[in-house]
Amino acid sequence: MISEHLPILAVILPLVGALTVLLAGWAERRYCYPVAVAVLTIQFGLSLAILREVLRGGTIHYYLGDWAPPWGIELVVDHLSAYVLVILVFLSLLSCIYAKRSIGGEIDPQKTVAFYVMFLLLVVGVCGITVTGDIFNLYVFLEISSIAAYTLVASGREKKGLLAGFNYLIMGTISACFILIGIGHLYVVTGTLNMADLARLLPPLYDSTIIHVAFIFFIVGLSIKTALFPLHTWLPDAYSHAPSAISVLISTVISKMGIYATIRILFSVFTVGFIVDHLPILEFFAWVAAIAVIAGSVIAIAQTDLKRMLAYSSVSQMGYIMLGIGIANSVAMTGGVLHILNHALIKGCLFMVAGAIIYRVGLRKIDDFKGLAGRMPYTCAAFFIAAISMIGLPPTVGFMSKWYLTLGAIEAGEWFFVVVILASTLLNAIYFWRVLEYAYFRHADAETPELESRVPVSMLLPMLVLAAGCVVFFFAVSIPLGIIDAAVADLLGGA
Amino acid sequence: MRENVVIRTVTRLAVPFILVFGLYIILHGSSRAGGGFQGGVIVASAFILIGIAFGLDETQRRIREKVRTIASILGISIFIGIGLLCILFGANFLGYAAIPLPLDTPWVRGLMMEAVEIGIGITVMAVMTSIFYDVATKEEGE
Amino acid sequence: MIEDLVVAFLTRYNYYMAVIIMLIGLYAMIAKSNLIKKVIGLNIFQTAIYLFYISIADVEGGTAPILVPGTDVVYVNPLPHVLILTAIVVGVSITAVAYALAIRIYQSYGTIEEDELLELGSERR
Repeated sequence: MISEHLPILAVILPLVGALTVLLAGWAERRYCYPVAVAVLTIQFGLSLAILREVLRGGTIHYYLGDWAPPWGIELVVDHLSAYVLVILVFLSLLSCIYAKRSIGGEIDPQKTVAFYVMFLLLVVGVCGITVTGDIFNLYVFLEISSIAAYTLVASGREKKGLLAGFNYLIMGTISACFILIGIGHLYVVTGTLNMADLARLLPPLYDSTIIHVAFIFFIVGLSIKTALFPLHTWLPDAYSHAPSAISVLISTVISKMGIYATIRILFSVFTVGFIVDHLPILEFFAWVAAIAVIAGSVIAIAQTDLKRMLAYSSVSQMGYIMLGIGIANSVAMTGGVLHILNHALIKGCLFMVAGAIIYRVGLRKIDDFKGLAGRMPYTCAAFFIAAISMIGLPPTVGFMSKWYLTLGAIEAGEWFFVVVILASTLLNAIYFWRVLEYAYFRHADAETPELESRVPVSMLLPMLVLAAGCVVFFFAVSIPLGIIDAAVADLLGGA
Repeated sequence: MRENVVIRTVTRLAVPFILVFGLYIILHGSSRAGGGFQGGVIVASAFILIGIAFGLDETQRRIREKVRTIASILGISIFIGIGLLCILFGANFLGYAAIPLPLDTPWVRGLMMEAVEIGIGITVMAVMTSIFYDVATKEEGE
Repeated sequence: MIEDLVVAFLTRYNYYMAVIIMLIGLYAMIAKSNLIKKVIGLNIFQTAIYLFYISIADVEGGTAPILVPGTDVVYVNPLPHVLILTAIVVGVSITAVAYALAIRIYQSYGTIEEDELLELGSERR
C-alpha cells in the first residue's frame, strides 16, 4: 500500500520531521540532532525505494487529491528525478551527520533547534522539486528550499555570513521572480501548468513571441539559481561565509537543485524540439558554460582562502554540467548528468575537509596549511582523493564524467569544447596541487603551536564515505550509468 | 509607550469584529472566495493591532511564543493528518472523497477542505503574529 | 505611430503598468544602497508580478468565480488568483527573512547602508 504513495511521502516525511525536531528541541536541545539524522535516514531509505520502483516499473505518476492532470497537481518521478533525489537526500544526510560537531563553534547554541528545523525544511523543498510534475509547484518548492538556504547561510556567528545571506536573498528572489514571470507567460498561452501537458501543447506555438519571452525569463532566472558564470556573484560569498555544514549542503544540494530545475524546464517543458531545432539556444548555453568553466578555474587560482577557492571551483563545475547539457547529444548529456553525482561527492567532501580544518586548527588560508598532512592524515587523504577526482584522474569518478563529456564534444565535432575541458583540467590541477603541496610537502613553521588536531568521528566519517564514493563509483560506474542512460533517453526522446 | 485613549478604545472595539471577519473568511474556504491564508492573515492583523495599541511587552505576555509555536505546529499537523487519513482510506494524498462520512461526496469534500483551511488558518495566524513580534521586539539572548 | 502606441497603452494599460512597476522595483533593488529600501524594491517587483497575473486572469464582462446557480454567467479565471495567493505567501516569507537579516546586520555592523557595509567588510579583510 505504501509503495504507491512514495512520491508524496518523500515530501511529507521531512516536513513531519521538521515539526518533530521542533518539538524535540523543546524537550531538550540535544535531541534535535538524533531526530534529524533519523528522519533523513528514513528519507534516504524512502528515496532508494522510489528509485527501485522507478527502475522496476518506469515513471511513477501520482495524482494529488485524486484529481487527474492537467486539472490537479501531478507528481512525476522518472529516472532523472529518482537519480537526483537519491543523490540529494544522501548528501543531506551526510551533511546533517557532519553538522553535529561542526556547528558547535559556528552557531549560537540557542539556534540549534532552528538550525535543524530549517535544514529539514530545505530538504522538503529539494525533495518537492525532484518529485513534482507541475511547473508552479516547482517554483513554490524552489522558494521553500531557497528561503531555508538564505536563513541557513546567515545562521553562523560570522558577521559576513549575514551580508552574504542578504545578497543571496536578493539575487535568489530576483531569479525566482523571473521564473514566476516565465510561468505566467506560459500559462497565458497554454492555460496549463502541468509539465507533460505543456510539452504537448507548446509545439504549435513555437513561433509565438510570448513563448520566446517566457523562455528567456526562465533561462535568466535559472541561470542565477545555478550560478552560471556571469550571474554567479552571490555564490562565492554565500559558500565561503556560511557555516561549514551549510557550505557542504548548499554547494551540493542547492546547486544540484538548480541544475535539476534547469534540465526539467529545458527538456521536459520546452523539449528538445524547441531548444535545439527551433531556437539554437543550447549552442549559446554551451558557450556560456565553456566560459564559466575557464573563468571559474582562473579565478579559483587567484584565491588564498580555501573555501573561497572551492566556491569558485563550483562555478566552473556548474559549467561542466551545463556544457554537457548544452552539447546535447546523448554522450555529453550522460557526462553532464553523471557529473551531478560526481560533483556532489567531490564538492561535499572538499567542503567537509575545509570545515574540518577550520574546526580543528582554525586555518582558512592555503598558505597556512604547511605540514597539515602530518597533523590531520585522514582529512588530508580525503582531500587528496577528492582533488584527484576533481582534476579528473583515474581511478576516480571524476575521470568518468570528463571522459564522457570529452567524447560527447568530439562526437558533436565541437573541438573547442574539448580544448576547454582539457585546459580546465590543467587549471584544476594547478589550484589543487597548490593545496596538496602545502599540506604534504612543506614543513610546518617551527613556531606553529601544537594543537589538538584529531577530527571527531561524526565529521570524519561523512568525509571518508564521500572520498570512498569517488573511488567506488569509478569501478561501479555502470550502476549510475544504467539510470542515467534511461534518464537521458527520456530527456532527448521527447522530441 | 505613551497612553493613547483613542487608539486603545478603537482597538478594543475593532478587534472582535476583525476576529469574526477573519473566521468568516477562513470558513468560506471551500465554497466561496475565502481561505486559510487570507483569514489567518486577518486574524493575525487583530493580534498585531493589539500589540501596537497596548504595547508589545504586555501582549507578548498574553500570547507567548510557545503558544504561537504550538499553534503553528497544530495547524500543519491538521493539514498533514487529513492528507494521511485519506491515504489510510485508500485514496491518494488529500483525496477527500474516500473519507467515509455519512454525506454526499461534495459535502465530504467541502467539509474536509474546511478542516484543512482551518489548519492552514491557525498556522498562518500564528506565523504572521510571530513574524511581527519577533521582528518588532528587541531580541533578548535570541 | 504615436497614436498606435497610445491606443496600445490604453487598451492594455495594466500590462504596461506591470512592466513599469517591475522596472521601478528593479531600479530600487539595484540603485538604492539602504538594505531596507532594497527589500521595498523587492516587494514592488513582486507586486508587479501579482498585477501581471491578475491581469491575465481577467475575462471581459466576467464576474467573481463564485458559482451562480442556474444563470448563464461568465466567470473570470480563478486559477491565477490562487497562484498569486501562493506567490504572496512566498513573498511574505521572503520579506520577513529579509527584514530579520537586515536587523541582524544592523546589530552587528551598526549600519544598513550598503557602501558603508562594503567599507567595513574590506577593512576587516
